[in-house]
Amino acid sequence: MSRTPLDTVEHAAETPDVELPWAELGLKKDEYERIVEILGRRPTGAELAMYSVMWSEHCSYKSSKVHLRQFGEKAPQSDALLVGIGENAGVVDVGQGYAVTFKVESHNHPSYVEPYQGAATGVGGIVRDIIAMGARPVAVVDPLRFGAADHPDTKRVLPGVVAGIGGYGNCLGLPNIGGEVVFDSCYQGNPLVNAGCIGVMRHEDIHLAKASGAGNKVILYGARTGGDGIGGASILASETFDDAKPSKRPAVQVGDPFQEKLLIECTLEAFQEKLVVGIQDLGAAGLSCATSELASNGSGGMRVTLDDVPLRDSTLSPEEILMSESQERMCAVVEPDKVDRFLEICAKWDVIATVIGEVTDGDRLEIYWHGGKIVDVDPRTVAHEGPTYERPYARPEWQDALQADDAGKLPRPETSEELRDQVLKLVSSPNQASKSWITSQYDHLVQGNTVLAEPEDSGMIRIDDETGLGVAIATDGNGRYAKLDPYTGAQLALAEAYRNVATTGAKPLAVSDCLNFGSPEDPAVMWQFAEAIRGLADACRQLGTPVTGGNVSLYNQTGEAAIHPTPVVAVLGVIDDVARRTPVAFQEEGQLLYLLGDTREEFGGSAWSQVVHDHLGGLPPVVDLERERLLAEILISASRDGMIDSAHDLSDGGLIQAVVESALLGGKGARLVVPDGLDAFTLLFSESAGRAVVAVPRSEEVRFNDMCGARGLPVTRIGVVDGDTVELQGEFELTLAELREAHEGTIPALLA
Amino acid sequence: MTARIGVVTFPGSLDDRDAQRAIRLAGAEPVALWHKDKDLKQVDAVVLPGGFSYGDYLRAGAISRFSPVMETVISEAKSGMPVLGICNGFQILTEAHLLPGAMLGNDHLHFICRDQKLRVENAGTSWTSDYESGQEIHIPLKNMDGRYVADERTLDMLEAEGRVAFRYLDFNPNGSLRDIAGITNEAGNVVGLMPHPEHAVEPLIGTGRTDGLPFFTSILKKLVKA
Repeated sequence: MSRTPLDTVEHAAETPDVELPWAELGLKKDEYERIVEILGRRPTGAELAMYSVMWSEHCSYKSSKVHLRQFGEKAPQSDALLVGIGENAGVVDVGQGYAVTFKVESHNHPSYVEPYQGAATGVGGIVRDIIAMGARPVAVVDPLRFGAADHPDTKRVLPGVVAGIGGYGNCLGLPNIGGEVVFDSCYQGNPLVNAGCIGVMRHEDIHLAKASGAGNKVILYGARTGGDGIGGASILASETFDDAKPSKRPAVQVGDPFQEKLLIECTLEAFQEKLVVGIQDLGAAGLSCATSELASNGSGGMRVTLDDVPLRDSTLSPEEILMSESQERMCAVVEPDKVDRFLEICAKWDVIATVIGEVTDGDRLEIYWHGGKIVDVDPRTVAHEGPTYERPYARPEWQDALQADDAGKLPRPETSEELRDQVLKLVSSPNQASKSWITSQYDHLVQGNTVLAEPEDSGMIRIDDETGLGVAIATDGNGRYAKLDPYTGAQLALAEAYRNVATTGAKPLAVSDCLNFGSPEDPAVMWQFAEAIRGLADACRQLGTPVTGGNVSLYNQTGEAAIHPTPVVAVLGVIDDVARRTPVAFQEEGQLLYLLGDTREEFGGSAWSQVVHDHLGGLPPVVDLERERLLAEILISASRDGMIDSAHDLSDGGLIQAVVESALLGGKGARLVVPDGLDAFTLLFSESAGRAVVAVPRSEEVRFNDMCGARGLPVTRIGVVDGDTVELQGEFELTLAELREAHEGTIPALLA
Repeated sequence: MTARIGVVTFPGSLDDRDAQRAIRLAGAEPVALWHKDKDLKQVDAVVLPGGFSYGDYLRAGAISRFSPVMETVISEAKSGMPVLGICNGFQILTEAHLLPGAMLGNDHLHFICRDQKLRVENAGTSWTSDYESGQEIHIPLKNMDGRYVADERTLDMLEAEGRVAFRYLDFNPNGSLRDIAGITNEAGNVVGLMPHPEHAVEPLIGTGRTDGLPFFTSILKKLVKA
């Protein structure tokens, strides 16, 4: 019996007719032919493995990049941007010599297959992206979407996802300060598990993913490489689910947060001693990605000996080693005379570290196995020159009918009693109810710098003990609005996150996004995607907040049914002194409640239309970005000058939702009156954008009104913080106790 | 001349920097100690911080208890050096048999993070003298394995000797027997508790309360007096 010869480059050249399993690896025929054309021969098995994962939708953005370009083309001028799109994460200047890096990513598909590990490794991946920039991670956020709250599968997926996020993030010592939890039957079978992370560094500590300097060593460190997660990017994240296919569980990675914690500490120590020339984390596509990206971003080539990769399973083939998505691994490029010190630091933290290759003079990425050369490619063709698709897109024919189905025509409450009942129904509905059963499973206090955490409008972290400099982050996205109008929906997501950051007193600086959509092969989905990006890019330009990076998750659909288009937008802001932050909770009885902005009859996509009528139709609220900017300026000035003691943005659920939340958090009620020109129903439930409710101490009343008047922001007095009920004069009164029971009882009753 | 208080970093310690900050805010000098190092750098007291040392693998605190630094901590604690174990540190202290009993997984099987009301039952220890006995305080709690258990005889002994240092009030967050949140050894120099006093030391941060600061001022006063 003869041994199968190793499929070396030489062997591939000699055996052009060997059939390779390109289709099983997720490549299309023309993509395979393109690889043959690039190489001038058939690829080796190892090369095919690399191209297949790197050219997957997840890694190559092949369906999305023609649209994503707009984020660069329309990017506003911003002095704050230090590193833009294209690196592991964007970096923003926040003053006092500090830089902040942040990013949101998706781990949707793995989290449906295996909720705990899928969600856990989602946190792990985004955290490694942040440390790869040279930053210490200081907080995480988790925007989540699940199917209907009372669906039996939600009870499988949600607790697993929450436990996975908590189990991993808590063990890393990263406070979880924000995010969202949204239920909608459109996410049944396609939950969205997005994870964001913020990291802080000094300007001079920014690191980039590039391998430069011939002779420099390539060091793989962290966990051993195993057979888990093989094809995670190409198989899980780049195809729709199909019941007929075998279980995809082996494609989900398994996380070890303890290992990741050690990886963070030893990486930061190596940075501190300036031992690292370039660095890349191993996430999707594992070593294939890390080696090809490091090599193609640097000035030289790279030679790697795959035999030196520490393995968990000695039977792995070279193709599997290249494709494995084993977690908690990183790759550093280190000058030869600093290698010993680098390895010493790894040893101190009990982290396995191995030199697996070096940077070369040439421009090829060469990988060896058992003495034979199994990869010889131009790394750019792997990392950056993947296919680009101009997928057809078309406004779906049902869009007009959907928009014509005006929510304004739905029956409205006719009596005070009906109004009162609908308020209770709203605040106890799964989407509007308190999520503390979920967020109390996350540590939001570790590191001792948490100023604000959920359910505040934005999470806020102090980054300098002495000066009180802090950063804030909010994530938002309303799939219902985006379904009605993807262009406006994406802008509303940005407007809400921007407003949320400003409501807490921080100045919005930059944006990251996680774009969750259905299959790009459906022209209707592609239209939603194209519209959402156009909307977001236009709005970012107008608000002066550049997109610094993000992530696209496509194929979120089962069969023909795609999720609502769900662009999730994260806005990062800065606050000079966290002592000036504005909380949501009412602080003192007697303070005056003001509604800022204009309230119109806007109910399309609203929480009211969903909760009371199970309806989705009409148009989403109108966006006025200049108004958003003015509102933000007023909120920031008022916070800095001590004119407001609490503030809450108005979004889904409208004014009554915001007032109830502020009342319950502060343990103080409110007496509201319907202002002239509005009716009670519109006041309570309208979701007009560009609004906030603020509580103003009586001593600041004149000054605050003057400021709003001088700058042209409509301001309407709507009541006073008072007592232990929420009362709408002449209509109804609800005690805080009954509101609390309604608001806080729902989620535990469904999920605990 | 101020007191030097060591904070041990084990692999997987998370609240070590936070404990150092609390010590500094109280006016003492924090000293970083490393788990592989037997040398306590002449500190006057030691804090074993919270976290998931060794990933809580095997059992929370079970592996850390055998680290080189713990050899010295155990022998010094037996000769009277003040030691405070917070959360994972408390788990390590029980594993090291410096305190009786053990910690099991929370009865509801979830991680829990909340602002917890406690009653100070013993204000006579090295770490609690700045409280009044019976004082009610709020200290954040965050853990997965916080259910304090011991056999009935041990529990009766702890009660009889006044060694229950803190008790959960209003809500028992993890199923701890007799609502026990923290205990002390016979001499009162070793204290362990599940809640995190180092997260309640600044008015702006976390829960916005400073109810945890007296832990660190108590020990400072004791050490400076001595």
